[in-house]
Parts: sequence; C-alpha cells; structure tokens
Amino acid sequence: MAAAAPPANPASITTLAVERSLASRKRDWLGQVFQVVLLLSLILSLAIIVFLLSNVLGGAWRVWTDRGTDFLTEGGSRQAEAAGVWQGIRGTLTLVGFVVLLAFPIGIASAIYLEEYAPDNTLTKFINVNIRNLTGVPSVVYGLLGLAVFVRTFGLDRNDEGGLTGGKSVISAGLTLAVLVLPIVIITSAEAIRAVPRSIREAGYGVGASRWEVTRMLVLPSAAPGILTGTVLAISRAMGEAAPILLIGANTGFFSSGNQSFVEQLQGTFTALPAVIFGWARETSEFRDVTAAAIFVLLVITVLANGTAVWLRNRFEKQW
Amino acid sequence: MNQLTEQTLVTVTLPESSPERSGDAANRADDDSVFSLRGVNVHYGSFHAVRDITMEIPRRQITALIGPSGCGKSTLLRCFNRMNDLITTAKVSGSVIYNGENLYDSYVDAVEVRRRIGMVFQKPNPFPKSIYDNIAFGPKVNGIKGNMDDLVEQALRDAALWDEVKDKLKQNAYGLSGGQQQRMCIARAIAVQPDVILMDEPCSALDPIASARIEDLMTELKAQYTIVIVTHNMQQAARVSDRTAFFTVEVDEARSSRTGILVEFDTAQRIFTNPSDSRTEAYITGRFG
Ligand SMILES: Nc1ncnc2c1ncn2[C@@H]1O[C@H](COP(=O)(O)OP(=O)(O)OP(=O)(O)O)[C@@H](O)[C@H]1O
Ligand SMILES: [Mg+2]
Repeated sequence: MAAAAPPANPASITTLAVERSLASRKRDWLGQVFQVVLLLSLILSLAIIVFLLSNVLGGAWRVWTDRGTDFLTEGGSRQAEAAGVWQGIRGTLTLVGFVVLLAFPIGIASAIYLEEYAPDNTLTKFINVNIRNLTGVPSVVYGLLGLAVFVRTFGLDRNDEGGLTGGKSVISAGLTLAVLVLPIVIITSAEAIRAVPRSIREAGYGVGASRWEVTRMLVLPSAAPGILTGTVLAISRAMGEAAPILLIGANTGFFSSGNQSFVEQLQGTFTALPAVIFGWARETSEFRDVTAAAIFVLLVITVLANGTAVWLRNRFEKQW
Repeated sequence: MNQLTEQTLVTVTLPESSPERSGDAANRADDDSVFSLRGVNVHYGSFHAVRDITMEIPRRQITALIGPSGCGKSTLLRCFNRMNDLITTAKVSGSVIYNGENLYDSYVDAVEVRRRIGMVFQKPNPFPKSIYDNIAFGPKVNGIKGNMDDLVEQALRDAALWDEVKDKLKQNAYGLSGGQQQRMCIARAIAVQPDVILMDEPCSALDPIASARIEDLMTELKAQYTIVIVTHNMQQAARVSDRTAFFTVEVDEARSSRTGILVEFDTAQRIFTNPSDSRTEAYITGRFG
C-alpha cells in the first residue's frame, strides 16, 4: 500500500490515530531532567563511597599481606609496623556490652511503659517529645555530660582520686554510650510497639488476658522484629562514636593492661576502635596503612553486628 | 486503658449464679436474664454517645441490637464486658448488672469479666500465630485445666470449623479464608468456656454462604450460651434473634449532639411484623437508615 493512500477501512484509521498519539506523546521534559539529577546524585554519592572504600581497602590489604592476623592480636605501639588493634577491638566490644546490658533493658522497658501503661495525658506527650529530641542531640554533648557526671562527679573522691567509676574509665565510657543510645532504643521500640494493631490487643483482652499477658504474649512478640531493628541502630551508633569517648578520655594508642581484677579493669583506662583510629590518624604518614586497616576492622565488626541482628529479626518473623 | 490498672488490683470471682448479697436485692434480676442494664450512659469525653439504656438480656437466647450507623450499638455492646475500659476517653455510668453483680462496681476485675463474657469482633482478628495457638491462648492465660488438644478440638468442633482445619492446626491462622478466620475467632471465644458471647457485626466481612454458616452456628450455640449480636443485616436479625432491640440517633440541632437511644425492645417476631414505634417501622421497612 502506498504511503499516501488512504487506509482501506475506518478501523485501521483508528489504529493509526492511536499509534500516532502514543508515539508522538509529548515528553514531560521537566520530569526527565529531574530523573537525571536524581541519578547523578546517586552516582556521585556512590562514587564517593567507592573512593573512600578503595582507599581503606588498599591500606588494609597492604597491612594484611605484610602482617596477617598479627595486626588483630597486637596491642598499641609507637612503631607503625608493630601497632595492632587488639585493645581497640576489646574496648569496643566491652563498651557494646555495657550498651546491651544497660540501654536495652531500660530502653525497652521504658518503651513498653510509655506505650502500654502510661496514661494518655500531656505529661506523657511531653516526655515523648523530649525523648525524641534527645535522639537529635549531638554526641559530643553526651560526651560532655559523661565527663561532668560519670568522670568528675562519680569518678573522683574527696582527694580527687578514682572514685566509684574510676574517672576516665571503661565504666564511665560505657555509661555514657548507654545514655547516648537510650533515646534511640526507646523511640524505635515504642514505634514498633505502637505498630502492633489494636485489634490484636482487643482480641487478647477479649478472651480474658490481663494487660501484662497481652503485652508479653501478643504485643512484644509482634513488635520484636521492630525492636531488634532499633537495637541494631543503637549498637552501630555506639560502636562508631568517637567524640564522646575521646572527651571522656579514651587512650589513643599506647597503653598496657597488666594483671588487674575485673573491677579494676573496668575502672581502668580504656580505648575503643574509633579512638585508636583517631590516635593513628594524627601520627606520621607511616601510620597511614594501619589506620586504614583499623577502619576496615571497625567496618567489618559493624557489618557483623548488623548481620546478626537482621538474622535474629528474620528468625523471629518466621516463627510467627 | 488506665481504669484497667486499678481494677486488676482486686480480683473478684463472679459467681455463676449470684449468691444472696445483702442489700443487693434491688440489683437482682429475675433468673431468666443474664444482664440487666439500668440507666446506662456512655460518654466519649464530652460527647454523649448513648443515653439512658435500660434493658434485660435473656439467658440462652440470641438478642440482636439493630439501628442506623452511629447510634451506639458497638458502644453499648462494649459495656457488656468492660471493653470500653480500653478507650481512655470512654466513660460509662449507670449499672450493667450481670447475674446480680454490677460489672462497673469498683471491686470487679475487668479481666475476669472478659473471660466470662467473650467477644467476637467485626473484622476477624486472629493472633499472628498458628490456629492451635490461637485457640489455646485463652485457656492458657486463664489457667483452664484439662488436655489442651481436646480443648482445642472441642472448641473448633463447636465452631463448625474442625473438619476444615484439623490437618493444618500448626499453620498460621492468617492462611484461613475470611469466613474461616471468623469461625476461628468464635472458637477462640468459646475455648475459654464463657457464659455469654458478644458479637459485633460478625458477618459484615463475609459472603452470604459464610454468613449463613455463622448464623447456623449461632443457633446451635444458643443451647449453651447467651448471645448478643450487633448486625446491620435486618434479615439476619429476623432469622436468628429471639429478641431484637432497635436503637436510633436522637439529633439535637441546637446543641449539635447525636445521642443513641433505645427505641423499642421486644421479641424479634413483634419488631419485624408489628412494631409499636413508628421509627422502628420506618427503619425495618427501609424507609430510614
Ligand atoms: N473511640 C471513640 N471515641 C470517640 N467517639 C466515638 C468512639 N467510638 C465511637 N464513637 C462515637 O460514638 C457514636 C456511636 O458509635 P458506635 O461505634 O457505637 O456506633 P455503631 O452503632 O456501632 O455504628 P456502626 O453501625 O456504624 O458500627 C458515634 O457517633 C461515634 O462517632
Ligand atoms: Mg459498630
């Protein structure tokens, strides 16, 4: 059929018209520009991350090939070739232990109280808003708080020597980090509890369960995945914070712990991976590779912690 | 939810048939009624939702509450087992006398009340657990003795669901169809061996066949239980209920208030064939609501 010839029947006229209108539909060019801008920002941020990671990985790789696992088991040293992250890892895990033991029970209990028990009045709302605000307070402020309260007030006795917490100690740092993540734990747990549908609670009360039974047997299991997600955030945050522990007086490299009792160790000086990284980053350029390697170790530990929590969360979800 | 805390401090066992309590003579309803409501008013904050309800609920019969949307049927139904305690703003006055005891007396334990007076909700609300655990939950928290497997089986048989689920008791209850879920919720209510079952529009989410099954079920259950049902389906009320209460909304333009009132309460037969109030007649013939 010739191009100029009119179509044979009316049906194909319609088809042509539809085809044309579909093909020549005017593009929403503003939308396209927007899409390109979004894509570019994604690429930019990915590029930055890749650049940083390759930097870190490069250093970490050189340390690994030179020294293998020695780097993980050695303590601090003035020589870059001998410096290891063992004390940092141990310190970070101890601090996380504090957070898990202190902030999680207190935070989850507070969330349960706020959501299930507290009267729905202005005081409760006021408390809620303030906890929410606390999650936005810069961590350095918590560091100052820890310095004032745990290090000075509870840490020094009348002769300005080590008191209850032992001053610049593991205990002071652990308490500070626990306080720092407490609002996060409360808010995320409260949100998870609030997300449990009202109908589930009503069903529970409807068969004669008490409030505690409804909370323990119905609400908490349903909220558990959400609560676990909150605790992941809290642990990652606690592991990565440098400012508060530096303020409290983390050792930034060279210290040795002798044969002390458990309590003495807790009251003794401390360090953590972010503090180790901070210390090495200020050293001479010989320390550049070990710094990168330490950052890599911190990343791996954070990813492991997150992975564990995600795994736990999925397990809980499957049980339902 | 706050009232609940005070109430749970005191545990009172409500007797199946009330003993002669001195001074309670006035409270004692005749033996044929399970509940007698005396001047019940419900407020949500300053909103007067239900006014001055006085009625008797007969034992081992089906009582239907009907009326236009928003007239306070659910609100009133939730007074029968103190479910309104869960709504902070709700305030109930007057007395809801259950076998001679006022459920709203300060010494009465709301948790114990709800064990004896079970509830089935408008939307099926299974726990996110297995079918078995759904049924076993109530007996477990109430410390009911006996073989749990038998208990679960009996409840599911009573709810006419056993044959459909006996091979998948360990599966999640959300895998059931809507109608099956609702019958499972009825089984869950039955499993704690209550005295009364309250049902708030139990068939509204179901197709006619599933509704018919639940209606049959109710007729069977009334041999053992007293049933109070809220329904929007007039045919359903006419079919299953022995007595029917018609509520309506009284609108006061001046004070812009909408309050639910009880218009007429009689045998279903009378309400649906020969109502004495013109508003009832208008509603059941479909000229209103
Ligand atoms: N939790 C609540 N807070 C405030 N007001 C409420 C609450 N629940 C119900 N009401 C109000 O009380 C009145 C009665 O509501 P209710 O749910 O008892 O009506 P209903 O007769 O069950 O209606 P429907 O047939 O639509 O279910 C309505 O005006 C409603 O807006
Ligand atoms: Mg209703």
